[in-house]
Amino acid sequence: MSAIIIFTAVSLAQLLIGAAMAIAAFRMFRGPRAQDRIIGLDTLYVSGMLLLVTFGIGTGRVVYFEAALVIGMLGFVSTVALAKFLMRGEVIE
Amino acid sequence: MMGSVVDIPLWAAIAVAFFLLLGAALTLIGAIGFLRLPSFYERIHAPTLGTSWGIGGIMLASMIYFTLSSQRLVIHEILIGIFVTITTPVTLMLLARAALHRDRAERDENVPSKVREERQE
Repeated sequence: MSAIIIFTAVSLAQLLIGAAMAIAAFRMFRGPRAQDRIIGLDTLYVSGMLLLVTFGIGTGRVVYFEAALVIGMLGFVSTVALAKFLMRGEVIE
Repeated sequence: MMGSVVDIPLWAAIAVAFFLLLGAALTLIGAIGFLRLPSFYERIHAPTLGTSWGIGGIMLASMIYFTLSSQRLVIHEILIGIFVTITTPVTLMLLARAALHRDRAERDENVPSKVREERQE
């Protein structure tokens, strides 16, 4: 019984997060200006991180957690670098 | 999909399902708001729904599930939660400042011009 509940919840959550990723990707490609694209990328990687954690719950493995941690760190650095680039025109001064 | 199904009690399964769906639904609502809000400065607020309770709900679900299925306390998901909670405001502040800088450089009518107090700092 509890396995069925968890399986259904994990599948539904993956659908919802997948839809969120699709919307973020749409905004990233369509976004009227560069800052919209950067926030689209930011939303995309946060949703991807959540998707990996739900994969971890679904399969019962802990490997996915580490991948999610790496995605979080790299995403933070990339968003900061892109924002810095928008601000100054170069990343490392 | 369900590789190793460990039998966890029913109340825990319901709690895991609830937090999982809460987090996923909030992430989707944030993304929809991000799609539909009209201006950039409104859009920047919407995805934070996903980075606050979206992350929080899914991390809670993961913590409950792994704690009960491996019979010991597993709370390393809290690392991601703390990390994202700290870094999201930093990135969004930087991004909003960059966008404001760009809009002011183009003399956009919709953003306020520079206030004097800001120059004197």
